[in-house]
Amino acid sequence: MATGEFAAHEAHAHAAPQGFIRKWVFSLDHKVIGLQYYFLALTAVFVGMFLSLLMRIHLIWPGVSLPLFGEIKPEAYLSLLTMHGTIMVFFVLTTAPQGGFGNYFLPIQIGAADMAFPVINMLSFWVTFLAYIVMLSAFFVTGGAPLHGWTGYPPLSALPSAGPGEGLGADLWVISIALFCIGALMSALNFITTTLDMRARGMSLMRMPLTCWAWFITAILGLLAFGVLLAAGILLILDRNAGTSFFVPLVTVNGQLAGHKGGSPLLWQHLFWFFGHPEVYIAILPAMGLCSQLVSVFSRKPIFGYKAMVYAMLSIGIMGFMVWGHHMFMSGMSPYSGFAFSVMTMAIGVPSAIKTFNWLGTLWGGKIRFSSPMLFAIGFVSLFVSGGISGPFLAQPVLDIPLHDTYFVTGHFHLIMGVASIFGIFAATYYWFPKMFGRLMNERLARWHFWFSFVGTYAIFMPMHYLGMAGHPRRYSELTEVGYLHNLLPLQKFITYVAFITIAGQFIFLFNLFWSMKFGKKASDNPWEATTLEWTTATPPPHDNFAGRTPVIHHGPYEYSVPGEPRDFVMQTDPLTVAVR
Amino acid sequence: MTILTSAENFSHDGLQQLEMRLRRARLGLGVGVLGIVMVFVSFTSAYIVRQGLPTLDPRTNTLVHDWFPLPLPALLFFNTGLLLISSVTMELARRQVARSTTPTRAASIPNVFAGREGTILWLALTAVLGLSFLKGQWTVWREMEASGFYVASSPSSSFVYLLTGTHGVHLLGGIFALLTAGATVLFRRPAESRVVVLDVTAWYWHFMTLLWVYILCLLEFAG
Amino acid sequence: MGLVLLIIIWLITLISTYFFIAKTWWFPVGASAAAAGIDHYFTVTLLLMGIVFVAAQGILGFFAWRYRDRGTSTVAHYSHGNNRLEIAWTVLTFILFVGLNLMSSSIWASERFRPAQPGAVQVEVTGMQFQWYFRYPGPDSKFGATKPELIDPSTGGEGAVGLDATDAASKDDFVTGTMYLPVGREAEVILRAHDVIHSFFVPGMRFKQDAVPGLAIHMHFTPISTGDYEIVCAELCGLGHYKMHGMLKVVSQQEFDAWLTARESEKQ
Repeated sequence: MATGEFAAHEAHAHAAPQGFIRKWVFSLDHKVIGLQYYFLALTAVFVGMFLSLLMRIHLIWPGVSLPLFGEIKPEAYLSLLTMHGTIMVFFVLTTAPQGGFGNYFLPIQIGAADMAFPVINMLSFWVTFLAYIVMLSAFFVTGGAPLHGWTGYPPLSALPSAGPGEGLGADLWVISIALFCIGALMSALNFITTTLDMRARGMSLMRMPLTCWAWFITAILGLLAFGVLLAAGILLILDRNAGTSFFVPLVTVNGQLAGHKGGSPLLWQHLFWFFGHPEVYIAILPAMGLCSQLVSVFSRKPIFGYKAMVYAMLSIGIMGFMVWGHHMFMSGMSPYSGFAFSVMTMAIGVPSAIKTFNWLGTLWGGKIRFSSPMLFAIGFVSLFVSGGISGPFLAQPVLDIPLHDTYFVTGHFHLIMGVASIFGIFAATYYWFPKMFGRLMNERLARWHFWFSFVGTYAIFMPMHYLGMAGHPRRYSELTEVGYLHNLLPLQKFITYVAFITIAGQFIFLFNLFWSMKFGKKASDNPWEATTLEWTTATPPPHDNFAGRTPVIHHGPYEYSVPGEPRDFVMQTDPLTVAVR
Repeated sequence: MTILTSAENFSHDGLQQLEMRLRRARLGLGVGVLGIVMVFVSFTSAYIVRQGLPTLDPRTNTLVHDWFPLPLPALLFFNTGLLLISSVTMELARRQVARSTTPTRAASIPNVFAGREGTILWLALTAVLGLSFLKGQWTVWREMEASGFYVASSPSSSFVYLLTGTHGVHLLGGIFALLTAGATVLFRRPAESRVVVLDVTAWYWHFMTLLWVYILCLLEFAG
Repeated sequence: MGLVLLIIIWLITLISTYFFIAKTWWFPVGASAAAAGIDHYFTVTLLLMGIVFVAAQGILGFFAWRYRDRGTSTVAHYSHGNNRLEIAWTVLTFILFVGLNLMSSSIWASERFRPAQPGAVQVEVTGMQFQWYFRYPGPDSKFGATKPELIDPSTGGEGAVGLDATDAASKDDFVTGTMYLPVGREAEVILRAHDVIHSFFVPGMRFKQDAVPGLAIHMHFTPISTGDYEIVCAELCGLGHYKMHGMLKVVSQQEFDAWLTARESEKQ
């Protein structure tokens, strides 16, 4: 049911495909590709979560023998840790928000019939899928998965003799990441071209929903960052297999010379973090865009300070490339560089703060509806604040001295990246589910899921800050060897117990997701009474999104509770009675 | 959409379509090229950093520099010539197709008769030159190995193999694009597709040439 | 639901903040000259960020309740924002964040921008899978050469660092598994690693620095209280990372001299 103004439109470049393979496997339709990315991320998040559960069990009960697995050895713990981080960061946080929801909704929200290059879109998914398979295969080869952490610092990651799993497992890890980079670059290409060149009439850049801005800026970050990771990966593959010494100086392992000389471990760190810092913004920006969308829709108010929100995201994007050294204060990097990076890092906290103020400003004076997407949006703001506040501690090099590589850092990035970003994915799922599947997810189950997740994740990750202050280093497989860690075991136990409960709560979501696809309450085309273009289409949207027509846009996407209008929302395709913007 | 047949004339709508497709394809290519550029920016920075990097000599407990620039085989410069000429032939092919399908446009493109056969010839020449370049690069590698410079022999040799190898891989991709362009021209795909495919292929090819010149200068002057 | 959100958010905020204030799990007592300053800036940051944390979460919870849809015919307040407010809170935040950073930078400068004072006690700290080795230069105050080919941990400390016995300066070097330092005197540590990256972390000294293969990193700190301080590795270095720990014993100058003499005589 489409209201508003639509123009006649030349038929979509390719007719709707027939046959199972063309429709669901090698589809060129951005909506199908979006779902493929989403379900890939869904399997990945449960794998990653399961790995973390094993980690938590081993930490507090090191000797316990698990059914099917037996005892988790210390090196196995490190492999679990490495794969947990890698899978979560790449195959969940860099996949679901952008490849999943971005692919599905960017074209629709800007009024386009598909992405600019559907074939490249399809290829980008299948390359990512291949990367995923390669990554998982590392578990099953001789030596098992690598143990060098998702950050893969050489020489540990460059020398097969440096530890179990550092042989073939590590090679597969690097290859998987290299493939992922290629998939990400292809995807970024599509997002940027689509946003710049395929907006419908009237959809100026400053009338785009903030989700589109977020996907656009995320794609630019990805375009400029993944090439650097790819380069680093190539150098690492050469060091590991061709005897080069880009990263490895003269070292011995177990009394044997390793056969390299002259390389610089710090070179890897610079390259990795030049990618790595924009990567964390890639993980969070889409959630920020969505949060803006949701607080507006469900407060029935325009977003507070649209332009400021756009400039804030742009500054975060640009400055995100200038702060990578804050991961390296203790690395042996020049302390003068450290100072420069730290000032920049504190500065990048400013646009993030602006966004938080604006979300609060949107709630102010609103008429808040506590739908499941809104719960997760409010949860996102709370978690973003908590995760963000611990940043200024780490950003000061002198405070980083006691805190670097402790659980304080683990708590920080899990809250802001692991949880806030995941809440963005949940919010997106509850929000867009009715448009994708024509039914609503069960609200009761959603609320249970929300409370389990919100309280649970706070109870898991807030205590990690205390552990860090007490000096508990990261990536320790056991607490048994260091004297002062014994006192911290009770807190670690608490965290593990809560983790069990919180993970259990995620199955409520999983059940809800699949149950609602078949049995959920049927949804209208616009159940949330929102103004953006996806809510003008049929449910699910037809192959070319707008049934042979193209929307004409009259104003921005946040015209809620406009005085003088008959309803408390005005679709972007409907003109305003009184011209506003 | 008005599907254009082999007729070489474009209606007004058709021209608009072509412009849109061309603009979009060029934008996409530009964006993609930027992504590839970042890979080489990273290699460049690793190259510069490595040159100046002192490493701890445990024997003397002092920091020493161990960068010795590699003498570049002369064949490298001959290969460069091949690539430069291939860019010219590529550009000729691109212009020919562009001209042949827009006879009514006020053109920055000079008016010359067209011919599908001509385009195929230029494309084939480009491919031959490109393949010769790659063969030449391979020969350079054998020459270097013969002089005792393998990929892991020294830091500078590692970079020579790295940069030439990565560029070569990307150029191979360009060769595949050339084959696609050839197929597009040969099998009478819509005129609009021919223009766009040739255009994208050509600009990618020019980027490859430019990139190679950059790499050569880096190795020669910043070694 | 608005009320529940308010209560839960406020509770979470209260409980988290409590444990920061109560210092239930906290830094060990600072035992170096720099510790007081570092701890001071931590407290300042904690205070300021704590206020922001409580305020932001408090407002969030409050707004969720206050502006809930009560089912009446009230309309939300239509506004696209307030530019003056934007500018105001941008500037304030900028001053707060960058100000905090510049304040604490003076300690960073004094710890890291200057080399160790002449007369500092010199110790070479070497990390190797999965132990810390401490080399003292002996009476000649010169560290002898090491050779990677000579590295052999199974022969004990000197073998572990690959000490080259042919170098004259090596004759009086000795390597221990426990680090001794005299109280009140600046110590210069030279950090090295022979295989992978390690990180030398002494929480009590508020000291941490990565030990990177291929580099010899010079740092310094001054212990000001006697006692035993645990050393841990703070950079993932392989399967023994969790058990790569050592002990720093800070003793009086006399005890330190006695210990040195005892070690040096062992070398004869």
